[in-house]
Amino acid sequence: MTSGRTDGTPSLAEGVAAGTPSLVDRVAAGTPSLVERVADGSRTRRYLPRRRQPELLRSRPGRSGAPWPLAVPAAIAILFLLLPLVGLLVRAPWTELPTLLSDPTVREALRLSLITATLATGVALVIGVPLAWVLARVRFPGRSLLRALVTLPLVLPPVVGGVALFLALGRRGLLGQYLDRWFGLTIPFTPFAVVLAETFVAMPFLVVTVEGALRVADTRYEEASATLGASRWTTFRRVTLPMIGPSVLAGSVLCWARALGEFGATITFAGNFPGRTQTMPIAVYIALETDPDAAIALSLVLLVVSVVILVSLRDRVLNAGKGP
Amino acid sequence: MSLDAHLVVRRGQFTVDVELSVPDGAVLGMLGPNGAGKTTALRALAGLEPLTGGHVVLDGTDVTAAPPEQRDVGVVFQDYLLFPHLTALENVAYGLRARGLPKAAARADAAEWLDQVGLTDRAGHRPRQLSGGQAQRVALARALAPRPRLLLLDEPLAALDAGTRLALRTDLRRHLVSYGGPAVVVTHDAVEAMVLTDSLVVLEGGRIVQSGPPAEVARYPRTEYVASLLGLNLYRGAARGDRVELTGGGELVVAEHATGEVHVAVRPSAVALHRDRPEHSSPRNVWAGRIAGVEAVGDRVRVALTGPPDVLADVTTDAVADLELATGAEIWVSVKATEITVYPV
Repeated sequence: MTSGRTDGTPSLAEGVAAGTPSLVDRVAAGTPSLVERVADGSRTRRYLPRRRQPELLRSRPGRSGAPWPLAVPAAIAILFLLLPLVGLLVRAPWTELPTLLSDPTVREALRLSLITATLATGVALVIGVPLAWVLARVRFPGRSLLRALVTLPLVLPPVVGGVALFLALGRRGLLGQYLDRWFGLTIPFTPFAVVLAETFVAMPFLVVTVEGALRVADTRYEEASATLGASRWTTFRRVTLPMIGPSVLAGSVLCWARALGEFGATITFAGNFPGRTQTMPIAVYIALETDPDAAIALSLVLLVVSVVILVSLRDRVLNAGKGP
Repeated sequence: MSLDAHLVVRRGQFTVDVELSVPDGAVLGMLGPNGAGKTTALRALAGLEPLTGGHVVLDGTDVTAAPPEQRDVGVVFQDYLLFPHLTALENVAYGLRARGLPKAAARADAAEWLDQVGLTDRAGHRPRQLSGGQAQRVALARALAPRPRLLLLDEPLAALDAGTRLALRTDLRRHLVSYGGPAVVVTHDAVEAMVLTDSLVVLEGGRIVQSGPPAEVARYPRTEYVASLLGLNLYRGAARGDRVELTGGGELVVAEHATGEVHVAVRPSAVALHRDRPEHSSPRNVWAGRIAGVEAVGDRVRVALTGPPDVLADVTTDAVADLELATGAEIWVSVKATEITVYPV
């Protein structure tokens, strides 16, 4: 699943970088097919009735089916995305699953992953939402450059991010040497380093989603709030934030999911210490060399978590979409 | 409480330059075509549009440099802009809370305001559950609740259907009177201007082209726009005794004698249409016209005719059938001299 998500990331990142509201739609739109794919693989065809299959290749009503130069590559693409997941489900050691998952290392990795991803999302919310507001609402020279820099982690290979974090916050790093010398603080290879690595990689998802929402939001409500005597801070708290709430939620979920799957930056900056910095994706990677069955079991867990995220995101966003 | 303002807002080639003065308890109407700068002037008063020059003095206090949240100006926006995530009551309480009133007190006060606009039973509803008329009244209550030093209304009734508008117009007038402070209403509805305001300024191209009491502006419109807005035919011409030679062609006989450059105004309802040339009639002005357009206006039909002079006529729907009024048809037009208003340019 880790590799599957890595494949998926660039296209998601492009959608995010474009700042279009359709990102959420796209994610949401992608959900049913993923769910169906999973269901299809695991439980025969009950969730994917035969009559729906032709519709996949059919365009809008009133038009003929897709021409083969489009239909064939599209079918290959579907297969390509489907096959690895089917493989995962088919080869899963279903009977040994409870034993594998009750292993303390696995539980530790899962616990660490959930906690660090949640903390990283919290950090991203506290500093990322204000950053999105500044980017969307304040005019200053170099804004577009800053916006590009903020989205850089979306396209930057995570390993490079890890190296960069190391050079900044490592014991001999730009800032890290002073933290070490003055406060005796060493960040790398600690759970805190895991949170930082995940935040670095995942926060842009939140920032870009929220900034996009802020830019399309009707600023006249903020003007109305000002004429009623509200300060800019009150306006942000009581008008802006509630109105972009669904986007903040969607951005948080994307951010959390990205943090949960983070591998490259984490292993570079935080290492691989079971119980301290070994997150689920790292555990999967390590297990694949020694105990493939455990790797598959761990992957399944991550897959389930991802599916739950997508489904919940879709429902929340759809419900929010029915609002004003 | 009073308003004294000189608003200069420059935007590229377009400049709004308007001087306004509104005493306590008076309602000033700002009338003008789209793009005349009405809304810009209103936003400048609220502090939402930075001034290039001039000043805004409220109640003797210069607020020119104050941001909107420190101006104490209530605004009813054209599409109300009620906060969608708050209930009607919370919307009305918002301004009171923002001014530091404790929650309970703000809600009690807001409930009273909702009662004043007759919406007590809607207090818990969200804006999207309210009808247009209800939303308008919540917006008015929200703007009035903090007791602002100046009240601004941007086409407050424009978003409503005709029936609701009629009912709310009278209500709105009542609230404006009991408000007691200076109010500015932007409108491009003639009746609204007549009913709601004590004085009018007409904006065109960012400048005031006419000002005065509504009745005077309606009787003596100075521009084509005001004339057509108020449903008048307006001509310019040179008067000699009881005859006016119109600049655009044609001549009218008038009852009031005048000399020199004049405006001539004719209400469309004073224009009569005939299939055959009227022979033995008191109307002194008869000419042949061709129908350029027929349009229903309320329970009447407005007929546009090319002359010269061109003229708008209001007739009943029966007359449309009787006269077989169709675009392109030739028809006789008559206007009594006594129905024509003449006034100097």
